[in-house]
Amino acid sequence: MTTTAVEVRDLTVAYKDKPVLWSVDMQAPSGALMAIVGPNGAGKTTLIKAILGLVRPLAGQALIYGKPYLKQRHLVAYVPQRSSVDWDFPTSVLDVVMMGRYGALGWLKRPGAAERRAALEALDKVGMVDFAERQIGQLSGGQQQRVFLARALVQNAEVYLMDEPFQGVDATTERAIVRLLQELRSQGKTVLVVHHDLQTVPEYFDWVMMLNVRRIACGPVREVFTEPNLRATYGGKIAFLNGNGVGEIQDGYRTALSQPVL
Amino acid sequence: MSLAQIEIQVIAALVATACALPGVFLVLRRMAMMSDAISHTVLLGIVLAFFLTKSLTSPLLIAGAALMGVLTVSLVELLTRTQLVREDAAIGLVFPALFSIAILLITRFAGNVHLDVDAVLLGELAFAPFNRIQIFGVDAGPAGLYVSGGILALNLLFIAIFYKELKLATFDPALAAALGFAPGVLHYAFMTLVSVTAVGAFDAVGSVLVVAFMIAPPAAAYLLADRLSHMLIYAAAIGVLSAVSGYWLAYALDASIAGSMATMAGVIFLVCYLFAPARGVMIKRRPVQA
Amino acid sequence: MDIGQLFHNLFFDYTLRTVALGAAILGVVSGALGAFAVLRRQSLLGDAISHAALPGIVIAFLLTRSREPVVFLLGALAAGWAATLSIAAITRTTRIKDDSALGLVLSVFFGFGLMLLTFAQKLSDARQAGLDKFLFGQAATLLQSDVIAMATVGALALGTTLLFWKEFKLLTFDADYAASLGYPVRTLDILLTTLLVVAIVIGLQTVGVVLMSAMLVAPAAAARQWTNRLETMVGLSGLFGALAGVSGALISSAMEKTPTGPVIVLCISALVLVSLLFAPARGVVWRRLRDLRNQRRVRTAHLQP
Repeated sequence: MTTTAVEVRDLTVAYKDKPVLWSVDMQAPSGALMAIVGPNGAGKTTLIKAILGLVRPLAGQALIYGKPYLKQRHLVAYVPQRSSVDWDFPTSVLDVVMMGRYGALGWLKRPGAAERRAALEALDKVGMVDFAERQIGQLSGGQQQRVFLARALVQNAEVYLMDEPFQGVDATTERAIVRLLQELRSQGKTVLVVHHDLQTVPEYFDWVMMLNVRRIACGPVREVFTEPNLRATYGGKIAFLNGNGVGEIQDGYRTALSQPVL
Repeated sequence: MSLAQIEIQVIAALVATACALPGVFLVLRRMAMMSDAISHTVLLGIVLAFFLTKSLTSPLLIAGAALMGVLTVSLVELLTRTQLVREDAAIGLVFPALFSIAILLITRFAGNVHLDVDAVLLGELAFAPFNRIQIFGVDAGPAGLYVSGGILALNLLFIAIFYKELKLATFDPALAAALGFAPGVLHYAFMTLVSVTAVGAFDAVGSVLVVAFMIAPPAAAYLLADRLSHMLIYAAAIGVLSAVSGYWLAYALDASIAGSMATMAGVIFLVCYLFAPARGVMIKRRPVQA
Repeated sequence: MDIGQLFHNLFFDYTLRTVALGAAILGVVSGALGAFAVLRRQSLLGDAISHAALPGIVIAFLLTRSREPVVFLLGALAAGWAATLSIAAITRTTRIKDDSALGLVLSVFFGFGLMLLTFAQKLSDARQAGLDKFLFGQAATLLQSDVIAMATVGALALGTTLLFWKEFKLLTFDADYAASLGYPVRTLDILLTTLLVVAIVIGLQTVGVVLMSAMLVAPAAAARQWTNRLETMVGLSGLFGALAGVSGALISSAMEKTPTGPVIVLCISALVLVSLLFAPARGVVWRRLRDLRNQRRVRTAHLQP
C-alpha cells in the first residue's frame, strides 16, 4: 500500500455559528491527482484552508505525510483562488512567481539570481516566460492563473493544494493546466484540486473527494464517483445528462441546493 | 434638575435620535465612513454660504452645507469610477482636501467672525440653553431645541415616506432600479438628508461626535435586531440612552458633554457586543475562524 | 516676498527651516507607510487611528505628567493598537462591516479622549502640555529637538520597513499565501500597523488629527498612477509626501494667516489631481484621448470597409 500524503481526521470547522465542515475524514495517497467536489457552501475551500492551518478547526486535525502542517510546510504549495488577491497590485509577473521562494528564503534574506532563475523556469513551464516583466493587472484570467501555478511550482513541493484553478480560464489554459497537473502526478507529487465541473472529473482526475459539509465519499474516481454518491452530495437535485453516473448540475439548482441542517 | 439641565438632555436626545435613524441606513449600506467625510466637509458649505450671506444665522448656511455634503458624495463616486483609486482611498482624499479649504478660508478671511473651528469639531452643548429664541419678547426656549426637533422631524418624515424604497435600495439596488425606483435619486436625496442632519447636529455635539451618534447606536442595534423596523427603534432608543447617561457622566466628571455621550454610546455598544442575546460574543459559542 | 528670499529663508530662517524639515520628514514617512495602507485597503484606518490616539495621549500625560514626545508616542501607540484590535475584533466576530467598525471606533475613542481631556484640563495644565494642538497641529511650534526626534523615529520606522520589505510585500499582496509559507501573518500585520501608528504620531504635531489621513492616503494614491512597481511606488510616495510638506511650509510662511497643515494637504491634493489626470498610461486625460482615437478609427473603418 502506498503512503498517505494528506490525511484529514474528524475535522470540524465552523464560521461564527455555522458549521462548514462536520467530522470530515479524508485520505489522499501519495501520487494522487484528486478532485474535491461538492455544491456551493460545501466547505471545499475551508477544507483546503484547514489543511494549511489558515482556519482553526473546532476539532480534528490534518496531517501531511503523517505530521502536522507546521512541521511539513516545506512540502506543501498552495494555489489560492485567483479572486483572493488584488490584481491591480503594483508588481510584475516575475515578482509574484519569486514569492514562491520566500518560504525557503526565510526572514530578511532577499531574493537573488537563483530565485530569479527558478521563477523564469517555472514561467517557462506554464508558457508565460514572455510576460515576466508585465504588470499583473494586464493579464487575462487564464494568464493570472498560470502565474499562480508557476508560483506554486517554484516552491518545489510534494503536495499541491489548489483552490479552483479552472475558475474563469479559457479552454487553452484549462488544457495546459491539466497537462501540468498530470506531469506533477507522474513525478510522484500529490495534487488536491477544488473543482466545479463534474463532467471533467473522470477525464482529469484519478481520485475524488465528494463533500457536502460531511464527507460523502472519498476514493478512486472509478469506484466512488457514482450516481448515488452524486445525489447524496448535491442533495438529490441533480440532472443527469447521460446514464453513466456523470452529470451536470442544473444551474438554478446550484444555489438552491439545501444546506444540511445540523 | 434645573431647567437648563432638562433642556440640554432633551436637545441631546433629539439629536441622538435624529442621527441614529439615517445612521441605520448608513451602516446597512456600508457607507458609515461617508458620514465622517460629510460631517467634515459641510463646514466648507457653511463657510461659503457665510461669505455669500454675511450672516451666521441664515438658513442658506444649511443649504450650503447640504450641497457640500452631496458634492462630497459625488466627488468620491467620481474618483471611484475612474478605477484609479478605491472607494476608501477616495473618501480619504476628498474630505481632507475640502476641509483644508474650509480651514484656510476661515483663518484668512473670517478670523474676526465667530466661526470657531474647535466648536464645530467638538461642539458645546453646555451653552445651548443660553442661545434662546424670543417670540414677541417672550422666551420660547433654546434655539437648539427647534433645530434638533426640526431635523428629527425631517428624518422621521423622509424615512416614513420612503421606507419601502429605502429598504429595497439598501438591500438590492439593482432590483430597485429594475422596478423603477430610481435608487440614484433616492441615494442623493438620502445623502442630502445626512448632510442636513450633520449640520443640525454638530451645532450641539460637534462633527466628530455626529459620527458617533450616527454609527454607534445603529451598530449596537444591528447586534440586537433582525428586522429593519426593529433596528430603527433600537438605534433610536440606544441613542437617547447614550445621550442622557452621557450627560450625567459629564456632570459627574465635569467633562465635555459630547465626549461623555460618545463614550456612553461606546459603552452601550460594548455591552451589546458582549451580551447581546444570540449574538454577543460572551453568549454564543466561541467563534473559531482563525 | 520674492522667491529668492523665500529660499534664502528656507535655509537660514530657524522657524521655516525647522518647519520645512519637519514637514519633509513627516511626508517621507507617512508617504512610504501610507502606500502599504492604501494597498491593503486600509486607507481610512489611518483616520481612525489618528483620532483614536487622543485618549492614549491624554492617559499617558495623566499618568506621567510629562510632555516628552516619547511619552505621547507611547500613549498614542497603545491607543492606536487598541483601536486597530477593536476594529479587527468587531469585524471578525460580528455581522458589522469594516466601515461601521472604523466609524464606531474612531468616534467613540475620540469622544472618550475628549472627555478625558476636558476632565484633565480642569485638574492640571494640560493646555500648556500642548494637547490642544492635537486637532490641527501647529507646525510653527516645532523645535529643532522635535525635528530630531521625528527624524530618529522616522528613520527607525523606514529602516524596519526596508528590513522586512519582502515580508511586508507578501503580506500586502497575498496574506493567506504568506501564512501557507509559514510567515506569522498576525505578527507581521501588527508590526506594519505599528509602523503606521508611528507615522501618524510623527504627523500629529504638524498637521493634526483631522488632516493626518490625507498624508497617508494622498501621496500613495498619486504615486500609484506613475508606476507598476511596489518599490517605485513606495519611493515616489515618500518623495511626493516630502515635496508637499516642504512646499506647504514655504507657501504658508510666505502668506499671512495660513496654517501649515491645510496648505500641505492642499499641495498633496493638487499632486493627486495632476497624477490622476496626466500620469502616463493610467491618467484620465490619456485614457479619454485613447478612447476618442479608437472611436474615430472604428468609425472610419465602418465608412470605408
